Amino acid sequence: MINDLDFAAVLPEILLLCGACAVLLGDLFVGDGRRHVSFWLTQIVLAAAAWSALATMPPVPRGAFAGMVVDDTLADTLKFMSCVAVSLMLFYSRGYSAARGLFRGETFVLALFALLGMMVMIAAGSFVTLYLGLELLSLSLYAMVAMYRTSNAATEAAMKYFVLGALASGILLYGMSMIYGSTGSLDIGVVAKTLATGQGDRTILLFGLVFLVSGVAFKLGAVPYHMWVPDVYDGAPTAVTLLIGTAPKLAAFAFMLRLLAVALGSLWFDWQGMLMVLAVLSMVLGNVVAIAQTSMKRMLAYSSIANMGFMLMGFLAANPSGYSAAMFYAIAYVLTSLASFGMIMLLSREGFEADQLSDFKGLNQRSPWWAFMMLLVMFSLAGVPPTVGFYAKFAVIQAAVDAGFVWLAVVAVLTSVVGAFYYLRVVKLMYFDDATDLAPIDARADSRWFLSANGLALLAFGIFPQQLLGICVVALANSGLL
Amino acid sequence: MMPYLSLSIWVPIVAGLAVLAVGRDRDAAAARWIALAGAIAGLAVTLPLWLHFDTGTSQMQFVERSEWIPRFDIHYHLGVDGISMLFVLLNSLMTLVVVWSAWEVIQVRVAQYMAAFLIQSGLINGAFCALDGILFYMFFEAMLIPMYIIIGAWGGPNRVYAAVKFFLYTLLGSLLMLVALVYLYDVSETFSILDWYKVPLSLKVQVLLFIAFFLSFAVKVPMWPVHTWLPDAHVEAPTGGSVVLAAITLKIGAYGFVRFILPIVPDAARYLSHFVIALSLIAIVYIGFVALVQADMKKLIAYSSISHMGFVTLGFFLFSQLGMEGGLVQMISHGFVSAAMFLCVGVMYDRMHSRQIADYGGVVNTMPKFAAFMMLFAMANSGLPATSGFVGEFMVILASVKVNFWLGATAATIMIVGAAYTLWMYKRVIYGAVGNDQVAALTDLNRREFWMLGAVALLVFWMGLWPKPFIDVMHSSVADLLAHVAKSKL
Repeated sequence: MINDLDFAAVLPEILLLCGACAVLLGDLFVGDGRRHVSFWLTQIVLAAAAWSALATMPPVPRGAFAGMVVDDTLADTLKFMSCVAVSLMLFYSRGYSAARGLFRGETFVLALFALLGMMVMIAAGSFVTLYLGLELLSLSLYAMVAMYRTSNAATEAAMKYFVLGALASGILLYGMSMIYGSTGSLDIGVVAKTLATGQGDRTILLFGLVFLVSGVAFKLGAVPYHMWVPDVYDGAPTAVTLLIGTAPKLAAFAFMLRLLAVALGSLWFDWQGMLMVLAVLSMVLGNVVAIAQTSMKRMLAYSSIANMGFMLMGFLAANPSGYSAAMFYAIAYVLTSLASFGMIMLLSREGFEADQLSDFKGLNQRSPWWAFMMLLVMFSLAGVPPTVGFYAKFAVIQAAVDAGFVWLAVVAVLTSVVGAFYYLRVVKLMYFDDATDLAPIDARADSRWFLSANGLALLAFGIFPQQLLGICVVALANSGLL
Repeated sequence: MMPYLSLSIWVPIVAGLAVLAVGRDRDAAAARWIALAGAIAGLAVTLPLWLHFDTGTSQMQFVERSEWIPRFDIHYHLGVDGISMLFVLLNSLMTLVVVWSAWEVIQVRVAQYMAAFLIQSGLINGAFCALDGILFYMFFEAMLIPMYIIIGAWGGPNRVYAAVKFFLYTLLGSLLMLVALVYLYDVSETFSILDWYKVPLSLKVQVLLFIAFFLSFAVKVPMWPVHTWLPDAHVEAPTGGSVVLAAITLKIGAYGFVRFILPIVPDAARYLSHFVIALSLIAIVYIGFVALVQADMKKLIAYSSISHMGFVTLGFFLFSQLGMEGGLVQMISHGFVSAAMFLCVGVMYDRMHSRQIADYGGVVNTMPKFAAFMMLFAMANSGLPATSGFVGEFMVILASVKVNFWLGATAATIMIVGAAYTLWMYKRVIYGAVGNDQVAALTDLNRREFWMLGAVALLVFWMGLWPKPFIDVMHSSVADLLAHVAKSKL
């Protein structure tokens, strides 16, 4: 049954797994002063995985291992982007982690395993694979949060994350079992076919659907399943927050697409309503509560809740332009989010987290360049042109209007005016206030270059978004999902 | 042919980036000279628009069109007609004036100040030239960013409040417009503004679109009752910021009425014209009285701006050639006059660091040249014949009398109220005995200030005495627009 092609389909995962093991073992023989050897080995593994994701991209979707995984353009595109995000996260966090005793082999290995979990999720062809990938991702993240043992906040955050995450996983699994009970299969393609022919007990299906949507909403951090987000974002070391807040959103998008749009595509009318409630609540609550925050990380946590609401708005249009808009939104958000937490780590130093809003006071006086980068990040999150965040919002609004939900688009724009207030406040702190902290900004050259490139990418994709928009459309079309 | 419109957009922006790259706080002189060169180059590339403009046609001229975002059929589509061309010139000219006016006045973060104005100038030109809905929206929104920073970073004591209020007010309106643009795309499958002119729409849809567009542009004009951001923004902004706000950004709101609302939703515009006329009259009369009681000179001019812009919207919604041309002439004239008034206040503020009328008195004794200039601009602001302020107002009043005598009579009260608040302020500030020791120590205009005000004064006279070249430019475009608005889209 299993042939060479099957292995080609999961080449990125194989490379990543072998690489993670190599880093794990190799790190044992590396002294504390030479951790950068493990770091660069990790980067090589990531580069190899990213390359193999692009190199093995098939022109048409291809199932492997009896349908347990699929290899399609969408999967490979998202895998590539996740690799880039994790790689950037490691670059940005180098100085930060070193100052906190987190620049260790375990950090790299866990990051690689988390990425492996994301890739498995992205490429899943069956509910079992989806769940396995999700658990691998979650367990690695729980451990990464908890690794900062000297911090009470991090330990507390890890506990909360673990307990609530386990609960959500249970809910998800329960929902999957109901779908299985009703359709008799765990294979996404088979479930979709069974439902399309109208088989299956509708009551059980809907019951299962509610649990599935709840599980997905938890992982996305959508209201009312958002309670873990601010505490975990705030408590975790910023390097880990960066990981939690970026690449997994891409995996969550793929997860949602495979689960709701493909497997349960026939029930679109039922999940559309549920997602609508989640989207509106997330946008409203996320944006309103973010105003009251004094901590940068908590503010960004609520901002992520609001942004996930926006992404859901694109998704719930349940049409091709909606899915591609949601995908574009996820990518744009990840790109922006990487830069936002990267900036926090850039300003931090030993014994100073730079995670309060007031730590950004007078940044323009300290460094006009970094103030400008942060300005781009804030306007991108607020969705003001000419940044990529504008096209993300534009695309989802277009999808919602296209699906006939003009009122939803109006709600969305009203909440983004509320949102603009707190993003503007950061710009105000940087540009209008005087600096209280005059310490020079000192970071490694590589993280400075990557962060600058990341910030400028927000502007570049804001002026020329076609490339990225096109990638989303092509990825979905070639995967037979449009 | 040279892509003059692209140049008018990108030359200032590139110059602004160059200023940022070269000028540091220690090297302010370099920043000033590069900014001046950039502003002159920016004006130079717009002059061919005036020279090569064909006044005989209502078609778009200097058109540039290329694909930009095929995913949503968005094009980089630029063009000007008789309505928009003059504003590109006005904006490029005002940028030069602003750079000149800030020369030695701005001492902190000079490079950023100059760069913000240059970049904003390019973005504003973009908004006037854009013929694609999303391209317009890009420029329309992006120009908020430099102005937000200008007010917040170089403004007065209450600058943060004013800057945030300015940004949020405008953003609220413009985001609703975004929904309207997306809706139009959904109906017509295109973002081309000119194609939208031909899309049939039901009255209900037209009214909803009207509301979305109206909120966006009425905030920008600003019309009563969504005007409250303007006095705050004007009072707190540095002189250059006030000049650009009053002379240019308000005009984008009024421009939106003629580019979007009237041709895209003509039936709703006619259906709701009484509503807009009522708001305009309230702005003209009520805000005029509000201006009368201001103690702060900048606030007084800000309210006077709102009142004068009421004339513009009134002229547009009379749906007559005279009214619309009067509105457009008033927009340009107000660009000169309000800019000049803010420059005058800036000149005094630089010396006394006060904008309160009560802190002055008898300035003419120490600054006679300045008093003469300010006299001219005060007269223009109150609409004296032979100044530019008279032409537009007279045309609109004439047009409104034709519609209804009492409408014209009410509008004409601006001639009285406007003269009252402007000249009363002038009297209290300039005339009388020397008010205090500070006034006694004032020095008259230096050469830079003299030429800065002199240049604007020439324009005020030109437009007041010989407005025909301006009206010729807009004539066929306005006629075509009115013919289009008269046709129902139902």
